[in-house]
Amino acid sequence: MAEHYSSFTKGGRLWLWQRITAAFLVVVLAFHFFLLHFVYHADEVTFGLSSARMQTWTYYSLMVLFLITATFHGVNGVYNALINQGLTGTKRQVVKGTLIVASVILLVQGIRTANAWAGIGVF
Amino acid sequence: MSQSYNRGTIESFGRWREFSAGMWAWIFHKFTGWVLVGYLFTHIAVLSTAMEGAEMYTNTIVTLEGLLLVRILEVGLLAVAVFHILNGLRLLLVDLGVGLESQDKSFYASVILTGAITVASVPTFIAGAF
Repeated sequence: MAEHYSSFTKGGRLWLWQRITAAFLVVVLAFHFFLLHFVYHADEVTFGLSSARMQTWTYYSLMVLFLITATFHGVNGVYNALINQGLTGTKRQVVKGTLIVASVILLVQGIRTANAWAGIGVF
Repeated sequence: MSQSYNRGTIESFGRWREFSAGMWAWIFHKFTGWVLVGYLFTHIAVLSTAMEGAEMYTNTIVTLEGLLLVRILEVGLLAVAVFHILNGLRLLLVDLGVGLESQDKSFYASVILTGAITVASVPTFIAGAF
């Protein structure tokens, strides 16, 4: 009998974090689009404008939290989708490791970029 | 009566003609999710030019935003993001047991609202590209 593939792990909490981050991202992604396309416009982007926003600590911390939650939600979503398509065994472990490494690189690079705008020396 | 669909052991996209509204919502949510996570990596890569200095960053963004193709892709990205947000809200509500009986109608509403918001945003997204 064929195995039924499911990304849901009994007793796990990743499904809950996927939904908690979803509730946060629904609001922040809409805000991000609205601010950067309707308040500011695509043809007006400069380093100075981005820097001015990022030097506000509330904006900086919101964007870093946005990056962390979006990375988790997106990468965990991809991982779940692959498991639901039948990814198992060694391939599953390789994909899991690759996604974790890619996520760490994305987070480090994103925070370094935010630091460059905010004028924080560590980047 | 609520709709049901036998997903089988592994999703078979070859049976797309049999798909109901809920199944299409599932496929669109996966597709838009893949696009958004792909864009997230691209977005950070482009923004990383800020680490090379103010001039490099501004020139990169101005050059990209000066391309009509990029502006059109941004409209596509908006459509993808809006659908993922609206259908995501629908999923969160369904998970909480709200609107399960009318999940097909809320999917159609998500599609129509996505189309309306996308069309209404075109002038803003294209402004300055010509």
